[in-house]
Amino acid sequence: MPLLSLEELPGFAHRVRGHVVRMATGGGCFLGASLSCADLVAHLYGRVLRVDPARPTDPARDYLLLSKGHDVPALYATLAELGFFAASRLRRHLSPDDALYWHPNRRIPGVEFHSGSLGHLLSVGMGIAYDIRLAGGDSRVVVLLGDGELNEGSIWEGLLVANALHLGNLLLLIDRNGFQANMPTESLIPLEPLEAKLLAFGCHTRRVDGHDFGALERLFAGLPRRGSEPVAVIADTVRGKGLPSIEARAERWFCNFSALEVEELLQELEGAAPARLTSEALVVR
Amino acid sequence: MSRSYETVLQSLLERDPRLLVLTAENRAAIRRLPERLGSRFIDTGIAEQTLIGMSAGLALRGRIPVAHALAAFLTMRPFEFIRTDVGIAELPVKLVGGVAGVLSEANGPTHQAIEDVALMRGIPHMRVFCPADLEDLLLGLEAILPAPWPCYIRYIDRPAVIRHAPDFVIGKSEVVSQGTDVGILVYGALFREAFEATQLLMQAGLSVRLVNLRMLKPLDEMTVLETALTTRLVATVEDHFTTGGLFTILAELLLRHGLTARVLPIGFPGRWFTPALLPDVLRVEGLTSPEIARRITATLDALPSH
Repeated sequence: MPLLSLEELPGFAHRVRGHVVRMATGGGCFLGASLSCADLVAHLYGRVLRVDPARPTDPARDYLLLSKGHDVPALYATLAELGFFAASRLRRHLSPDDALYWHPNRRIPGVEFHSGSLGHLLSVGMGIAYDIRLAGGDSRVVVLLGDGELNEGSIWEGLLVANALHLGNLLLLIDRNGFQANMPTESLIPLEPLEAKLLAFGCHTRRVDGHDFGALERLFAGLPRRGSEPVAVIADTVRGKGLPSIEARAERWFCNFSALEVEELLQELEGAAPARLTSEALVVR
Repeated sequence: MSRSYETVLQSLLERDPRLLVLTAENRAAIRRLPERLGSRFIDTGIAEQTLIGMSAGLALRGRIPVAHALAAFLTMRPFEFIRTDVGIAELPVKLVGGVAGVLSEANGPTHQAIEDVALMRGIPHMRVFCPADLEDLLLGLEAILPAPWPCYIRYIDRPAVIRHAPDFVIGKSEVVSQGTDVGILVYGALFREAFEATQLLMQAGLSVRLVNLRMLKPLDEMTVLETALTTRLVATVEDHFTTGGLFTILAELLLRHGLTARVLPIGFPGRWFTPALLPDVLRVEGLTSPEIARRITATLDALPSH
């Protein structure tokens, strides 16, 4: 049984975005990437993954691995909203007394593995997927990758091996928000034609609007839990999605806003006019 | 069936369903295992990052992957995967590195793993096992492979020149001979040369304490300290850079205890070694037993008499 109905997803994702915006102060977070993948993470946990918030380490569960990692506020918020841990804990974001820092780690219930160094969790996910098959299970492993992360050679090396091992219970979900840290992906290391590349590497490849829950629902309904080859889904997304004042602005990658700016962003999320952002854009890479 | 690395590994796999064998297309030591292990054998091809990442993923599911590659490519190409995926999570991945140290012979500097100990011991929770020869390796496997921590194993297939103490204990060295003039601390492939040098020194009337360290992490600190405190000179013998290996380990240990010692570091002082067949490498690099004995004697002779 999915944890959420399709009708519940927009409201759920909206609440996730609210949590994410509240984490963009007091030290801040990688806001843009968290908002681009928020709908994907919400959809996966709400509709696709076989997970139980009460039993986060059930060996028969599906796995989501957040490979780029810096988009973890979306995951924290999703897990908290679903009851993997108390939502009040989100207020301890960046506190040394908790473990909700800028990248994921296993001290948070529901987080499968730590990440942050790009290009790691495809191969980690392959190991998990291989063992699931070896144990005769039917769990699925979803690896959520950033598009900038596809610069890493370990991704393409991993795809060669995943194809050779016929890891049909492995699904790569690429958050194709079009940006890497400093600029659009296509103006640095062009990725397109990305579908053709993934196809050539042996993936069953699909492309979808990563903010369209109906399209995501149809896409996942049409994918077998275990096929004969790895699946790659390119989800076209918008960095900063839901906040026009943030969307598609390269310099708003890592954001640490004032309390007032956060209030205005929360209102913007509710449909008010774009927030007036006066704090300096941060350069962290 | 004679006891080989392959047969011992296979029998351990038969007893422990958690164990799996992986390789980045290096099958020299495990040539018969693919057909015998079926899906418990994974060859990732020449893809060391994937080898380590997959090993971490398998370990997350409760498996104990035994991952093989040449030591230079196992420890260096995917170093950050070892440190980040295996090390941070303290996963019980076992890393088996082939042709480490002088065993790379004529391959040249690309293949010379003579900083592998420094790299691996620098990772928190990682253990380091450097057996003296094939027999020593096989004695250690049974204790190390099923253990719940990560370990780097410097693979070796040189035949033994002594009968090793059969009781292999994690973190315990093997004291091969007792003596007070010189203490020789050695690990890995140069054990044979150190052993033969010991015999030469004894024939010359010296009393020699020879220690086969077996594991560099955890280190048998008591035995090493005892060696430093009860001999006039300590020689560290290693086919490794003298930075980051045994010489460094000894220096750290002594300093931590506020101690000092006369130490002769025998190894590679900040340069790669001359590529050649093993006997020639040992000769050209001054690592034959007569040369080790000569360097120790000369150093002893130069010490102020007490």
